[in-house]
Amino acid sequence: MKRLKNFLFLLAAAPVVAFASGASVHLDKAPVNLSDADSLQRGARVFVNYCLNCHSAGSMRYSRLQDLGLTEDQIKDNLMFAAEKPGEQMKIGMSKADAKAWFGANPPDLSVIARSRGADWLYTYLRGFYRDDTRATGWNNTVFDKVGMPHVMWSLQGEMVPVYKKDGEHDVIARLELVKPGSVTLAEYDAMVGDLVNYLVWMGEPAQLQRKQLGLIVLAFLAVFFVVAYYLKKEFWKDIH
Amino acid sequence: MSALQKMMGWIDDRFPLTATYKAHLSEYYAPKNFNFWYFFGSLALLVLVIQIVTGIFLTMNYKPDAELAFTSVEYIMRDVDWGWLIRYMHSTGASMFFVVVYLHMFRGLMYGSYRKPRELIWIFGVLIYLALMAEAFLGYLLPWGQMSFWGAQVIVNLFAAVPFIGEDLSVWIRGDYVISDATLNRFFAFHVIALPLVLIALVAVHLVALHEVGSNNPDGVEIKKKKDPVTHIPLDGIPFHPYYTVKDIVGVIVFLMVFSAILFFAPEMGGYFLEAANFVPADPLQTPAHIAPLWYFTPFYAILRAVPPLFGSQFPGVVAMGMSIVLMFFLPWLDRSKVKSIRYRGPIYKIMLALFIVSFVGLGYLGLLPSTPVATIFAQVFSVIYFLFFLLMPWYTSIDKTKPEPERVTG
Repeated sequence: MKRLKNFLFLLAAAPVVAFASGASVHLDKAPVNLSDADSLQRGARVFVNYCLNCHSAGSMRYSRLQDLGLTEDQIKDNLMFAAEKPGEQMKIGMSKADAKAWFGANPPDLSVIARSRGADWLYTYLRGFYRDDTRATGWNNTVFDKVGMPHVMWSLQGEMVPVYKKDGEHDVIARLELVKPGSVTLAEYDAMVGDLVNYLVWMGEPAQLQRKQLGLIVLAFLAVFFVVAYYLKKEFWKDIH
Repeated sequence: MSALQKMMGWIDDRFPLTATYKAHLSEYYAPKNFNFWYFFGSLALLVLVIQIVTGIFLTMNYKPDAELAFTSVEYIMRDVDWGWLIRYMHSTGASMFFVVVYLHMFRGLMYGSYRKPRELIWIFGVLIYLALMAEAFLGYLLPWGQMSFWGAQVIVNLFAAVPFIGEDLSVWIRGDYVISDATLNRFFAFHVIALPLVLIALVAVHLVALHEVGSNNPDGVEIKKKKDPVTHIPLDGIPFHPYYTVKDIVGVIVFLMVFSAILFFAPEMGGYFLEAANFVPADPLQTPAHIAPLWYFTPFYAILRAVPPLFGSQFPGVVAMGMSIVLMFFLPWLDRSKVKSIRYRGPIYKIMLALFIVSFVGLGYLGLLPSTPVATIFAQVFSVIYFLFFLLMPWYTSIDKTKPEPERVTG
């Protein structure tokens, strides 16, 4: 009982301690659904068109896109712009030195970006660009202040500007407002980014669907094995009192 | 005589195969009243085997090179057949090793398994725990992610806090002025060969010492005191094989179900088994906002941070952290209680043990968080309780009101 009380006290104190460690930016929930092959295919298309020019995905092979239900010819014809063979990895032509000179920082490799940043962060980030004339690129971001990356998909989303609200002493961004529409509606843009993030999550670990399937088989096997082992133990131990 | 018996006879004339089998399995008499807590010894052995076997396969594809290490892990995750399974078994195994070992150690604390005549078993056990921490620390550098790099940087810098020789010592450990390719290579060598050899040797002597004196049990009474007058078999003892082998199989399956649930459905375990920041390649020029060691080190990390620096030196904290483990070696002689098991101990020991566990878990939790003034005060309180559990033990165990131990084991 004493131990229980101590634990409860600790649990009660935990959020206080955790909260003291600093506020975090609000992140929107990314619509990740890895069983939606259409969404993953659309995401892959957005990825090779918009990301795979400055960012590489050096651990990802084009041929692996077959896991998303695409044929090798479909991959070759529609998704391979910078590679000769489907077995190649998603590399880019830009050198690290050039990248550093042009953007001030190396655009990170995106192979496992969803695993380091998390889907929600990516989803919010890619929808969080706004006009900021103080930045060299003309863009800033709600979750990544002073980001080096320009708003690559601005022609789609259009131009957003921040609406501020008072939070104590400071002005903080309450929301973004569309001032110049892009080629698609905001809802369509959000869906597109959703597909892209879905793809990035899949690309972070292409084996993950197979992993979960195998997991069910393994657990089912262990469950059966458990019953056998349990009665075996009972049988052996029936004379021990 | 059958061919098999003939062959066994031939071997036994040259190697004590049957004698060894009898001494350690079929005629090793273990108390019949082992409970839930007694599964974790055999489970620790199982995890050791998992780590060694998966480690061998990882070594076939991993590249201990600062330029290639990070990508080679992703190569294992994507292009090596079943590489993801082997890698996740190894990463899950690392954390589960500590889960199992912590529960195994807690069992020892509850039932007084470290008391005479099992002092050496306990000491070998603490050495295993130390070797395991070294093994885990060295291995964590190998994926060459940001947390690998900066975690190693922080820990190696602890050695730099040693007065006078600290700087030279830390350079000697790293083989460089910063964590670099040289460090990665030597950590790899220690991780895949040196420490595993030490671990296996220590596990062997842990078991030899155990089988010499026999296992303790939840009642903390010696089953060897009451033997059958004719057979000289302990009255409360049963042969390890088949009784505990069939029982441990059940434990193994339940453990593997938990293990598989994590491995297949949550291999990152919410960032506790695989940290998000470690999916960013090591970058010596960019310090992460928050560096935290993996969860199994955080109690000691919290103790380290709880001790205020002296003349700008972290050394007192390093000493406190070292002492928090060194004290464990003295446990068999700190405990003055008349009884071994918590079942017959008085209320003071029960409260102290509960406070100790709460402090240990509390320190572990605090060690994960960035340091704040409130968190530091909590960590200081928990650290003081941690040390008092050991330092006051001779006093509170001798005044504690114990219950009489039974003559024989109970159910």
